[in-house]
Amino acid sequence: MPIATADLKALARDMRVDVIRMIEAAGSGHPGGSLSVIDLLAVLYWKFLKHDPKNPDWPDRDRLILSKGHACPALYTVMAYRGYFPKERLMTLRKLGSPLQGHPDRLRLPGIEFSSGSLGQGLSVGLGMTISAKMDKAPWKTYVVLGDGELQEGQCWEALMAAPKFKLDNLVAIVDHNNGQIDGPVDWVMGIEPLEDKLRSFNWDVRSVDGHDLAAIEDAFARTQECADKPHAIVAKTIKGKGVSFMENDIAWHGSAPKKDDADKAVEDIRHG
Amino acid sequence: MAKATRESFGETILEAAADNPRLVVLDADLSKSTMTQAFMKKYPARHLELGIAEQNMIGVAAGLALSGKVPVLASFACFLIGRLENIRISAAYNKTNMKLVGTHAGIGIGEDGTSQMGLEDMAAMRALPNMVVLQPADHEETRQAVYWMLAHEGPVYLRLTRQKMADLHGPDYKWGFNKIDVVFEPAKKPAKYLATIVASGGPVPHAVSAAKELEKKGFAVRVANASTLSPFDGEAVARFAKDSQRLVTVEDHNVNGGLGSAVCEAACERGAPVPVVRLGLREFAESATPEELYEKYGLTAAAVAEACLKNLG
Repeated sequence: MPIATADLKALARDMRVDVIRMIEAAGSGHPGGSLSVIDLLAVLYWKFLKHDPKNPDWPDRDRLILSKGHACPALYTVMAYRGYFPKERLMTLRKLGSPLQGHPDRLRLPGIEFSSGSLGQGLSVGLGMTISAKMDKAPWKTYVVLGDGELQEGQCWEALMAAPKFKLDNLVAIVDHNNGQIDGPVDWVMGIEPLEDKLRSFNWDVRSVDGHDLAAIEDAFARTQECADKPHAIVAKTIKGKGVSFMENDIAWHGSAPKKDDADKAVEDIRHG
Repeated sequence: MAKATRESFGETILEAAADNPRLVVLDADLSKSTMTQAFMKKYPARHLELGIAEQNMIGVAAGLALSGKVPVLASFACFLIGRLENIRISAAYNKTNMKLVGTHAGIGIGEDGTSQMGLEDMAAMRALPNMVVLQPADHEETRQAVYWMLAHEGPVYLRLTRQKMADLHGPDYKWGFNKIDVVFEPAKKPAKYLATIVASGGPVPHAVSAAKELEKKGFAVRVANASTLSPFDGEAVARFAKDSQRLVTVEDHNVNGGLGSAVCEAACERGAPVPVVRLGLREFAESATPEELYEKYGLTAAAVAEACLKNLG
């Protein structure tokens, strides 16, 4: 029985609380981009990814790479809620010996497909996985979640150029387009617009979606099935810090952890949002 | 028969592919130079041409490896090491089972000049945890090293020459991973060698010529071939340090971070009180014939012999 969208929305709210609390406990981390990407990850992990939390190496699983690795608090939370590991472990984020590294580490945490954090590399790795699946005529898909600032890396465009050559219709790239990065708005740091036109001109199948509207996200993923022979890109318009009013669109919360009083306020905000 | 180690590599992957369906080869518009063309023609479905985009090629190889393939990517050594961050994360940190083959090592490439010469690649690769660094010196050694590399689980960097390399080992040679092998001993074993030369890659034959010349003049010099640069056979270095008045290292690479550094580190770490003379590059090179460059930058037999004899003051 697939989860109802209203129930997933409630779960996403709970998970936002965990994201805030784990970053607070860690004393460092990236709340802004974690809160912008979490709805996308929720839809993927509950509605689309074929995976088995009890058997993370299942050969026919779909692969997901969080190329914007700094948003891993969102990924860890989603994984904990899906049963990859106990939720209590979320509070060990960034602590000595924890599998929950500051950026995802595949050798420390089963279920992580690629140790990311050095921006720009994930899409190429996703291409390699997808090519391998094509070679084996295997049924699984690869999903790669990228940041919009990340697209400033030249390697992304090498990968964007290469994917259509191999007709990778089993590859889905999702851009968390929150228009914020460390030094300021993406438009100001190094603009990437018109993004959808760029991707289309690179021969991708492209869709835009409100990255916080769960039903719309679900529809966008579902419609990737309609187009064969091309890799798929979903540009998700998101809000950095989404769900916490004082964090929303404030670049200061890209990479700083809330102290207790701010965290309490944030949790309150999420609960009443 | 003399053969460039890149040619030996190309022949070996072609041969290995028949029994290894997981083997996939990737190129970045240099397959004619990296010698993967024969593989590409025979196994087009297992060859990926990725264009002049090495960063992406490295990532694609990582993705293939994480999905159970054994990807072998090839380019010039200098173009691979230019993407060190990609190699650091996609290959070394992720411990992916991918093989990076850097051809056109050193000044031995000649006329194309400095921008095409891999001169710092070993230094960078040796600094990466999980990365095995290999540099065979002739056909037989390359063949066995390639088979070992394909069977080894984890990232490997294989450094190869553009120029032809004379046979150093016979067909009975058994290559050993992380074993420095002695390729020349003087007829009469001395109580103390004038020098032990530790060489790697392109200049190994010159080191052997130097030792032979010195033997004619009454000097006992041994030549050892280091084909595994990381990890490193420091125990062999410690043994040489005990029975040699000096060690001489010879490499077609910058002296910093490559073989010369590895030998110094191994000797110092084991408290071996032996001087080490390092031959190799200390600056960028230039265009000329390989022979002229070996002459100018001190990698000839004469230069090696002089390093064995010169007063260390």
